[in-house]
Amino acid sequence: MTTPVLSVSNVTLAYGDRTVLDDVSFSIAPGEFTGLIGSNGVGKTTLLRVILGLEKASRGEVLINGATRSRSERAVGYVPQRVSIDPEVPLRARDFVALGLDGHRFGLRRRQAGDHALVQRYLEAVDALAFADTRVGELSGGELQRVLIAHALISQPSLVLLDEPLANLDPRSVQEIVALLHRVAKEFNVALLLSAHEMNALLPVMDRIVYLTQGRCASGTTDEVVRADVLSELYGHHVDVLRLHGRVLVVAEPSDDVDHLPSHATLNLDN
Amino acid sequence: MFAPGFFSSGSVHTALLLGTIVAIVSGLMGVFVLLRNQSFGGHALTDVATTGGAGAAYLSVAPLVGFVTGAVIGAGAIESLSRDHSQRRDVATGIVLGAATGLSGLFLYLTATTSSATGVTQQVLFGSLFSVSSSTVPVAAVTALIVTVTMALVARPLLLSSLSPDLARARGLRTSWLGLLFLLLVAVAVGLCAISIGSLLATALLIGPAATAMRRSRTITGAIVMAMSVGLAATWVGIVLAYDSFTWRATGQGLPVSFFVVATILAFYALSHVPLSRSRRV
Repeated sequence: MTTPVLSVSNVTLAYGDRTVLDDVSFSIAPGEFTGLIGSNGVGKTTLLRVILGLEKASRGEVLINGATRSRSERAVGYVPQRVSIDPEVPLRARDFVALGLDGHRFGLRRRQAGDHALVQRYLEAVDALAFADTRVGELSGGELQRVLIAHALISQPSLVLLDEPLANLDPRSVQEIVALLHRVAKEFNVALLLSAHEMNALLPVMDRIVYLTQGRCASGTTDEVVRADVLSELYGHHVDVLRLHGRVLVVAEPSDDVDHLPSHATLNLDN
Repeated sequence: MFAPGFFSSGSVHTALLLGTIVAIVSGLMGVFVLLRNQSFGGHALTDVATTGGAGAAYLSVAPLVGFVTGAVIGAGAIESLSRDHSQRRDVATGIVLGAATGLSGLFLYLTATTSSATGVTQQVLFGSLFSVSSSTVPVAAVTALIVTVTMALVARPLLLSSLSPDLARARGLRTSWLGLLFLLLVAVAVGLCAISIGSLLATALLIGPAATAMRRSRTITGAIVMAMSVGLAATWVGIVLAYDSFTWRATGQGLPVSFFVVATILAFYALSHVPLSRSRRV
């Protein structure tokens, strides 16, 4: 069996007496497209930060390519949820992508001709050549997302974590970014772990789903996880899974106990 | 256009050399101060530099030592107040700024009332490039060199952490240490600016050329080079005009260099607002 590119074992994290992650375990094989699905505030960002080593788990272990993080920093790319750069900053999209190569390096190092070619190649891979010389602060949401993806990919990591890359995008950009991610994951043989509060846009491309709610998770293929029995157990009360024109709706029974409603059920019904 | 004696005057030589050194360092640091949105922090450091300069005047220590020491202590105070999360950063900055200005008042009063030196307040606050001792030049040059080399070594990680602290931390960078190092370097740069155009006007030299350059450049490197150029041009124009101004009035007294430097910087900044097509950025 091949070593998983990411293996999360029994990760628990609590702030005071509030448990954010409760015994979370799952693993991702090389090249897998994985969706980390859950409503807002269930701990998706926290889990990504633990995997990146930006947050320390109270318990449990995170292995990247079979090693603890300190020795494998370069193996993980990251696309944060919010990067806001002022339009006044004189930084072109291509300069930002180049920082993915050497932005963490101290010392004097001149960029080689090979670096420029590499930047060009990754700009092309994310369809960003048209705005390669535009200031990063002047890009639209979808354009900035492409540049961030190229920035994360150019160091040739085996795993890229993306924090809500589809949030705040218009529906067309969502489709485009999902197709783009699917394509580059295959092209560069990189595993993606992408968090989202809405799974439908990702259903056609996801190899694996990690479904997170109230700090606990279920993981597997979508057919294994997005089922009434699995999700009902995860939520701790009955939910229905409806399939409609290739879309999935997770619906809670009417209940007085509003706290336990999967909060995105209503959101999905609105779609 | 040059008044008689301009090129043979020792104090003009000193002023030109020192002004050049300071313009180069302030252009470099100014761009990063703006990248990091730390204009307020940078300005607070000039107020603490004032305290150092005023203290140095009272104790008869070299002004450069006073300015730099003051600003560095101020940077440390702001950092330690905001680091333990007891204060938000802008609150910490405000508190240090207030305390420093109070102390400046005390030192300047003490100096004015206990020594016969005249014009100390004017010199500390607004500078007087023509009366700087020539022995300051080598010290300033070495200090500037240290700042420039250090910046060259940390430039990329500093840039990445300014754009997105999260991205920088995910790449294994210690952003809080980078931030502290940067604040200390700005403190030293502010000390150098204070010698040139006075501590109160140091902000103008730090922010003005950088703000002008950022509007007109395509890259960070381009912005740094342009900020240095604008700072140099403003300093040189200021020195020439100030020297010339000795002949403008019947009393034979010149007008302050700092006024001309700041006026030139402002003119450049105003010019940068003249609309150009985007392709004209360098």
